[in-house]
Amino acid sequence: MRTRQLAFTVAHRLAILAYIVFALFPLFWLLKVSVTPNDLLYSEGVRMWPSRATLEHYTFVIAHSAFPTFFKNSLIVAGSTAVTVTILASLAGYALSRFRFRAKYWIVALMLITQMFPLVMLVAPIFKMLSPLGLTNSLTGLVIVYTAFNVPFATFLMQSFFDGIPKDLEEAAMIDGATQFIAFRQIILPLTLPGIAATLGFVFTAAWSELLFALMLISGNDAATFPVGLLTFVSKFSVDFGQMMAAGILALIPACLFFLLIQRYLVQGLTAGAVKG
Amino acid sequence: MASIDIEGIRKSFGAFPVLHGVDLAIRDGEFVVLVGPSGCGKSTLLRMIAGLEEVTAGDIRIDGKRVNDLAPKDRDIAMVFQSYALYPHMSVADNMSYSLRLRRSTKEKIASAVSGAAAKLGLDPLLERRPRALSGGQRQRVAMGRAIVRQPKAFLFDEPLSNLDARLREQMRAEIKKLHGDLRATSIYVTHDQIEAMTLADRIVAMHGGVVQQVGTPLDLYDRPANLFVAGFIGSPGMNFFEGRYLVSGDHADLKLENDVTLPARRVGGIESGEPATLGIRPEHVVITEGGALEGRVDLIEPTGFGIIMHVTVHDVPLKVFTLNRAMLNPGATVRLDLPRDKLHLFDGEGRRLG
Ligand SMILES: Nc1ncnc2c1ncn2[C@@H]1O[C@H](COP(=O)(O)OP(=O)(O)OP(=O)(O)O)[C@@H](O)[C@H]1O
Ligand SMILES: [Mg+2]
Repeated sequence: MRTRQLAFTVAHRLAILAYIVFALFPLFWLLKVSVTPNDLLYSEGVRMWPSRATLEHYTFVIAHSAFPTFFKNSLIVAGSTAVTVTILASLAGYALSRFRFRAKYWIVALMLITQMFPLVMLVAPIFKMLSPLGLTNSLTGLVIVYTAFNVPFATFLMQSFFDGIPKDLEEAAMIDGATQFIAFRQIILPLTLPGIAATLGFVFTAAWSELLFALMLISGNDAATFPVGLLTFVSKFSVDFGQMMAAGILALIPACLFFLLIQRYLVQGLTAGAVKG
Repeated sequence: MASIDIEGIRKSFGAFPVLHGVDLAIRDGEFVVLVGPSGCGKSTLLRMIAGLEEVTAGDIRIDGKRVNDLAPKDRDIAMVFQSYALYPHMSVADNMSYSLRLRRSTKEKIASAVSGAAAKLGLDPLLERRPRALSGGQRQRVAMGRAIVRQPKAFLFDEPLSNLDARLREQMRAEIKKLHGDLRATSIYVTHDQIEAMTLADRIVAMHGGVVQQVGTPLDLYDRPANLFVAGFIGSPGMNFFEGRYLVSGDHADLKLENDVTLPARRVGGIESGEPATLGIRPEHVVITEGGALEGRVDLIEPTGFGIIMHVTVHDVPLKVFTLNRAMLNPGATVRLDLPRDKLHLFDGEGRRLG
């Protein structure tokens, strides 16, 4: 019995390890190429680590490329999108979770339908809509498009978090003297922090790495986000892999920081103790 | 404190009717217990009084003022939920003071109200804890504390003790009774538990299928149940019933069962000879005696410690007998029984009480 249990545990850990290696290997390769000097990139064959590491790609990318602009643009776009979507999705998700209203079924159906189209189909019509409004080649335009595409899924996500909070809690608050909105703000919202963090994180990463619309709606470096900017490292005759990978690594940093910030809320079960359990 | 008047209350969820016209006048300071089987609409009625459920038809008045269209917060009542519904992100003290903070009471007033309630319920050492760090019984107390910090017009309880174990339930039951003695607050209490209903209530409201069956003091319902439903619902073990035809001969009456056996009954008005009727007797009123008129075959003995529940069969009809006589732990294969006439309950073909 003991040995079988042990064997099971070991197998379990090995499986997890294999998965982690598989998932993280591309990131490792990103890192490896980003510190490989250009002259060693093709000359050393396939090695796990170059014989000489360098940070020259990083300094170049930060000091001499338009990368800081891309980075700033991405931060603005992803941040605004995440905040806007989360606010809208919280309100909409709460309404879907708690209220019965006439067109609820149809609204949900319509929101689902928007999720069914391949986005490529929508590029041309959206461009047509945004260009007379002067919203092409602008960060605002991107924020609007990303918000529109992310709200439905985020709404369903938030709804499921609200569904998980017992209705008794806000009823108790309402009997204690709160209006429905006060009960939402003071009782329900604090308990949904994990959900809000998850939604923020999800939308932020989605907007951070979006390429298609950024590519189609933005031309020129001034309003380019970082996924578009990465492509500038691809020139007609060569690809500057070292710089591209360094930029990629740098672009990972805010996403990591962001998750570090919210992971506290992601893991905790705040509702414990609310009702008999 | 206030009276609560309920007039012709109806409730439907969509096309599905749940309450079919409930009338109830609750006096100032009275403790009323709603009992009834699951799904009969007790919680729905309570939630309508609280303002959590819309009223389909009828009027609810608190202190003479119609509150149908008033939001819960404007009704000035407190409610203890079965799930307790404590705010998990607030300490015990904050849970209790939330209603006062919403009303913008002064700091001193809040502090004295919270410490007063905490002292009453023995919550002093727990005030800084979060609900998740409390036992079920402690959570229950906090829920009570949250209700009593502000002096509301009425208390509503929806099965507040049903999540506690039997011993704790007994203890909290006594505490609730004591609390009500102190505060004299109008209270409506929903429960499944017979003993809670009998011990706590000034008056019991027995409900079934969205209709009030009987309203009365606990002993009213026990001694003179208004119909078959109440007779069967109140009391544990439940009342025994025999169905048959009511036969009058001279100045006494009998009940003739399907299998032609006759049982003694009582002469009552409101029923003609030959009409269908049901005879009821509580297990504790059946007398085991050498000279009993009936013979019962013993099927099963259930000792409860306090007494003994015997399952016997009399003329093919199952009958439960409750006795304190320890000798009945080892009865013979049969016992002789009497059904004292003055303890019999008679119901007509529609199940209404006769006499
Ligand atoms: N929101 C709702 N929508 C539809 N039907 C409902 C709703 N709430 C309650 N009901 C129905 O109303 C009836 C009465 O419910 P209620 O909760 O009042 O019963 P109860 O007497 O409190 O039962 P229990 O003792 O099990 O708590 C039930 O048949 C229930 O299915
Ligand atoms: Mg109920």
